[in-house]
Amino acid sequence: MVDLVRPGLPFEGKRAKGDLHTDRQVLNLGPSHPATHGTVKIITELEGETIRAMDVQVGYLHRGFEKECESGTWYQAIPYTDRLNYNSAILSNLAFVMAVEKLLECEIPRRGQWVRVLGGELSRIGDHLTRLGAACLELGAMTPFLYGIEARELCWDLQENLCGARVTSNYIRIGGIQCDVPDGFVARCEDILRQIDALLVDFDRVVTRNRIFVDRFRNTGMMDAERLLQYGVTGPLLRAAGIACDLRKAEPYLVYDELDFDVPIGTVGDNYDRFLVVQEELHQAIRIVRQCLPVILGTRGEPVDVDDPHIRWPGKDRVFGRMEELIQQFKGVTEGIRVPAGEAYAAIESPNGELGFYVVSDGSGKPYKVRCRPPSFINLAPMSEMLNGGMLADLIPTFDMINMVGGECDR
Amino acid sequence: MTERLLEQVTACLAERVLDRHTRLGDVTVVVEADRIAEVLTLLRDDPGLRFNLLVDLTAVDYLKRKPRFEVVYHLASLETAARGRQPSGIRHRLRVKVGVSEDPCELPSCVGVWPAADWMEREVWDLYGVRFLGHPDLRRILLYEQFEGHPLRKDYPKERRQPLMGPRN
Repeated sequence: MVDLVRPGLPFEGKRAKGDLHTDRQVLNLGPSHPATHGTVKIITELEGETIRAMDVQVGYLHRGFEKECESGTWYQAIPYTDRLNYNSAILSNLAFVMAVEKLLECEIPRRGQWVRVLGGELSRIGDHLTRLGAACLELGAMTPFLYGIEARELCWDLQENLCGARVTSNYIRIGGIQCDVPDGFVARCEDILRQIDALLVDFDRVVTRNRIFVDRFRNTGMMDAERLLQYGVTGPLLRAAGIACDLRKAEPYLVYDELDFDVPIGTVGDNYDRFLVVQEELHQAIRIVRQCLPVILGTRGEPVDVDDPHIRWPGKDRVFGRMEELIQQFKGVTEGIRVPAGEAYAAIESPNGELGFYVVSDGSGKPYKVRCRPPSFINLAPMSEMLNGGMLADLIPTFDMINMVGGECDR
Repeated sequence: MTERLLEQVTACLAERVLDRHTRLGDVTVVVEADRIAEVLTLLRDDPGLRFNLLVDLTAVDYLKRKPRFEVVYHLASLETAARGRQPSGIRHRLRVKVGVSEDPCELPSCVGVWPAADWMEREVWDLYGVRFLGHPDLRRILLYEQFEGHPLRKDYPKERRQPLMGPRN
């Protein structure tokens, strides 16, 4: 028997008799690895191809979001929230604004709430499409990725139509929204949803029953519901393990209690269940958008913002013609709004789970503290346990289904 | 409903509660920092409360107050038993706060109560410099080891420059 010793490395491990030696080897993935999206360093300790230990190092995208918020006005924090989960920027806006509105104790008009739901669900469609498409790409399947990204482009066209930006939307305002739905939006939205539906059928045919795909996803990265809860995991990961917890149903906010949609759940909590749950949620989000459209058409002309210049300054149509409104807008922009002293926590169901904001105000025009409860940070923590004893190849689908978004995880 | 929850929590924690209030629908109790792990275990295991989810853990720096820091825990109680095709609800939420002085800036870790606290406590240590005693691996998480200071403290200037680190070898 020939001793196999790797050239250049001193041999330290045990040598199995009649076999290759099996000392552990450290493999470093990232911070920029072609098979992961997002900047994260994963240091794995391998025995052959089996993962024995793992250290996940995040923080490469840390910009000091929470610190930066403390030095601007409340309004100036909203564009920063776009950059948290940049795949679903409107939902990040919404979570922050809802926490501030809780402190202000204001409720926006019904039409505004419907438009928020519409924008939020379009955001969710974009986020889920990115997650599914990227997961396929990183397993080497280019075609479904292109179907997913084509559908996402269509969805982003709609977002652009709605608020003027494809990705960093900056759409939700404290006490309202940036602007009402543009003319012709509803017809365009219906048309694009039909195209997205068609692309999803193609996507489903290529991926969902594909043997290679199923083998890579089924029974990998498993964790049971009880353990997920101990780790504070929420969102599709928890639902895939069988707990039907969706904040849109559990603590309905906006007009979600008037909408008809289902919460899909999985059975065993492996990557395949997660994939199916996300795919079904995509269809449910489209279903919600379709229910919003007639309401938006029917309530045309109704206000979308609260009628209080101390919270939401008047629209441009009034600012350009009247003195009082001009002053109100000037003061609102330069000084910002006064949020009463206190603390509040508000959470919404983001594509990754519970996205919460804990805000503290000292009564001045600036936030005293803004804390984002980032679902992808909290969901990433149990990854090393999910993969312990699994194969190195399982890391890629698990990481994809956790859907760590650097902007939100590292803030 | 919030009042009833507050009563239940007070009954469960008894003399451990230093202060309590309900504002804007959020129920808050303040407890002693030294007993935080004990308090969280009680809240988790109480059959009426069943707080099974540590939603969030963060700190706030009140520079001029004493004690200077406040560590804030957000808990939730999630229904886990399936009720036919009904989605699970959230029974109730609770905010637990503890005051932590500037020196020594430390309190017991609750990783033993919820593993979720592992990364969250590392983040609070990293950004606020609050040390969690008994944490198995209290390293910085978002910043790098050579970073000087804790940036979310109010006396850390936003413009401060940090040493740039080159590649290790």
